[in-house]
Amino acid sequence: MDASRENLNVLAADVVARVNARGATEADVLVAEGDSVAVQVRLSAVDRLSKAREKRLGLRVFFGKRSASASTSDFSNASLERLVDDTCAFAKEVAEDETSGLPGEAAMVTDVPDLDLYDPTTPTVEEEIEWAQRAERAAMGVDPRMTNSEGAECASSRGTVVLANTHGFVGAYRSSRFSLVVTPVAEDTNGQGMQQDSWYTVSRKWHTLETPEAVGTRAAERALRRLGARKVETQRVPVVFDPHIAESLLGHLSSAVSGYALYKGASFLQGCLGRSIAPAHVNIEDNGRMPGGLGSRPFDGEGVPTRKTMIVERGVLSSYLLDTYSGKKLGMASTGNASRSLGDNPSVSPTNLFLHPGGVSSEDVIRSVKQGLYVTELIGFGVNMVTGDYSRGASGFWIHDGELAYPVQEITIAGNLKQMFQDMELIGNDLEFRGSLASPTVKIREMMVGGR
Amino acid sequence: MKIMSQDIVKLEHFSLQDIEVEQALARVHVRDVDYADIYFESTIAESVSMEEGIVKRAVKSISQGAGVRATAGDKTGFAYSDELSKRDLNIAADNARHIVHSPKGDTRLPVTHRPARTQNLYPLDQPLTDIAVRERVELLNLIDREARRQDPRITKVMASLTTEQKTILVATTEGLRVGDRQPLSRLQVTCIAEDGHHRQVGTFGGGGRVEFAFYHERDRARSYAREAARQAILNLSAIDAPAGIMPVVLAGGWPGILLHEAIGHGLEADFNRRKTSAFSNLVGQRVASDACTIVDDGTLPFRRGSLNIDDEGTPTTRTVLIEKGILRGYITDRLNARLMGLPLTGNGRREDFRSIVLPRMTNTFMLAGTSEPDEIFRSVKKGLYAVSFGGGQVDITNGKFVFSASEAYLIEDGRVTKPVKGATLIGNGPDVLKNVSMVGHDLQLDSGIGTCGKEGQSVPVGVGLPTIRIDAITVGGTAA
Repeated sequence: MDASRENLNVLAADVVARVNARGATEADVLVAEGDSVAVQVRLSAVDRLSKAREKRLGLRVFFGKRSASASTSDFSNASLERLVDDTCAFAKEVAEDETSGLPGEAAMVTDVPDLDLYDPTTPTVEEEIEWAQRAERAAMGVDPRMTNSEGAECASSRGTVVLANTHGFVGAYRSSRFSLVVTPVAEDTNGQGMQQDSWYTVSRKWHTLETPEAVGTRAAERALRRLGARKVETQRVPVVFDPHIAESLLGHLSSAVSGYALYKGASFLQGCLGRSIAPAHVNIEDNGRMPGGLGSRPFDGEGVPTRKTMIVERGVLSSYLLDTYSGKKLGMASTGNASRSLGDNPSVSPTNLFLHPGGVSSEDVIRSVKQGLYVTELIGFGVNMVTGDYSRGASGFWIHDGELAYPVQEITIAGNLKQMFQDMELIGNDLEFRGSLASPTVKIREMMVGGR
Repeated sequence: MKIMSQDIVKLEHFSLQDIEVEQALARVHVRDVDYADIYFESTIAESVSMEEGIVKRAVKSISQGAGVRATAGDKTGFAYSDELSKRDLNIAADNARHIVHSPKGDTRLPVTHRPARTQNLYPLDQPLTDIAVRERVELLNLIDREARRQDPRITKVMASLTTEQKTILVATTEGLRVGDRQPLSRLQVTCIAEDGHHRQVGTFGGGGRVEFAFYHERDRARSYAREAARQAILNLSAIDAPAGIMPVVLAGGWPGILLHEAIGHGLEADFNRRKTSAFSNLVGQRVASDACTIVDDGTLPFRRGSLNIDDEGTPTTRTVLIEKGILRGYITDRLNARLMGLPLTGNGRREDFRSIVLPRMTNTFMLAGTSEPDEIFRSVKKGLYAVSFGGGQVDITNGKFVFSASEAYLIEDGRVTKPVKGATLIGNGPDVLKNVSMVGHDLQLDSGIGTCGKEGQSVPVGVGLPTIRIDAITVGGTAA
């Protein structure tokens, strides 16, 4: 174990001891430390260069059934003393909450696996500049209509997380993250305006990033294909979500199966556990233990081991996503999905959440549509998590006789998420992890497209 | 006694001495660096929240640090540190300077301090950090009772009070040394209503750079509770929204988010310098009907979007964006103002010391017109009346924006009739305001809940609007 991690362990244990000394019945402390380098290049010149090193400590204390949380970036002795005092005072002011408390001692992770989340490579600033420049140059070189750019960014960060609690538990892990994104602008020669789009690669390992050329070329193709986009008539048609956009449906699902939304009665999947919410070919998995996964972690924000959980199995809603508190509220055990923003109580978030691929190619999914919409971008926040009502701004392509015929924009797609999951008619075989949520191409049987 | 302003923010607040800051600035201000600044920040944020009838969450967060920036031409070097020691400042200065590859020690002459103009838009009697937890708890309990007694169909009430006390100080190589204390608070209520068939949600809130007493004045806290409950109950009977192009009447206040999305972002100087905005090169041209005059104004007392100075030390101002339909100007930060030869408008903002400065809106609103609101409704045969919105988003480059209604009604034969749910409006920024044919005399600012996101940074903003009629805009509902 390296020195810095050792120091953080000592610090975390020290703060737990300070809280104990004030008579708290339980407490946990989370310390995060990391550094990052990011460069932004625009039209080949360096636009911005950022370097940072930061640290933060989060604390949660319990006095019986009362609790409060706090966080600070000031680790000086005087400041920590004051923070501990204030948090303990806070806790005594709030109401008793029968459900509150740490997970039981037996629930703590005992064996912290190495999930291959850390790459010690530290690319130099010059290397990052070069990568960003190469990605942007590749994008600009694809076509003479690539006339401008919002820039390219290459970033790397690494950090350590330590969790300690009054059960005597101390756990730690390191992780790293590298990314490259480019956002070029294409301009139509006959004055039909500009379109931008972006593409990216992200990984826990520097050497597994895609090449800057591949990222730049893909970004340019995405911007170019949007040129000349038009509106379509208002009509009810099948809608195909490209993988990148289908991910957002999994995001909505994960919010709806969060224990917090459910016990508050704020989910459109209220009362659906054990029921069919999608066709039998729909399988959705949350897996916190995928080696190198961008959503992987050996234990969750409360020290409970992460694991594989089937959320939807053969179309049936088979599990919620829970931490200790929301699990107790619903009479269930934690699924190891506690996530912690430092200094706040835990909430629930997915780890690596993905829809299992189907048996058909994305081309065949599109080919199955006579008239319909292929969505490549969504904007706006028109999703009501309580009712499932869904209405968002969209752009993409019109599908005519199984082919992408022309780009479309300034339209909306509307439906209800409950119905949309039931209507997942076809699932592509093109699953690819590009973040912690991943989906293949998905076809929804029918939605309302709002246009002219 | 009012807590006065900027001039009491001194470096001692950050446990630093003048000489240490001078040295760090000298270190970053090497040849080829045409400007550098250090932004010091310390923030105490507190949040108390209630659900299931009890206040069970209390959260406090303390953060402090400094961001060092150097600009050379259109390049920016940036580094930050959450340690405020002399050593850490120097490391940050060296990192920021890296952008120009200048040799160390080749420093420019220091400049003498110059006084800053100051305004005092949010003098508070009681600092937000002095409010006892007990008082916060009592306020939330009051809200819970008020919401529940509105209707037996209100089954869940959630409420939260967040307060933030931010202290900043900006030191620049041009000799500016100016600070500000920026209070901010927000009270938010969410109600869930159930009638055995449907479950619906309603939310309402408000706040600003105001003190705690604000929520008790004019019965505000209880009125937020009633409003959230009313929306939830109303939505139980809402029918599906129509889809297609139709006239839309927007209510005053928060629907001003339309201006923020459709126009405001497109007029931020950075996108226009890079010529990636749908509004690039449109200054002096018509982008709205005669009836539309739109301003960004950071100088409104106690408003959520207001600031005495922006995060570069520039006093905020009122900037006319659109005058009688003609595009007049952009909102700027220092970098883009210099590169574009534009005046400073006091719109250089950052979320915190970890973030870089971007041109951002403050309070953006349309000035009142002359129409009677009633006359506006009567003019619509078949259309939509949108009263409140959940949020919006824009694609700067192609100008397409979208925003989602959380409370809306059909207009039939000049009368507001049935409530509808799930209506999203989508349009094109440079076109939509050309379709504004009537502007009411009833300008209203929002209640103080807006947060704007850009490049991953959130900053508090305000919006405002009189009742207006848009002749044609696409509504994305589910009903044919």
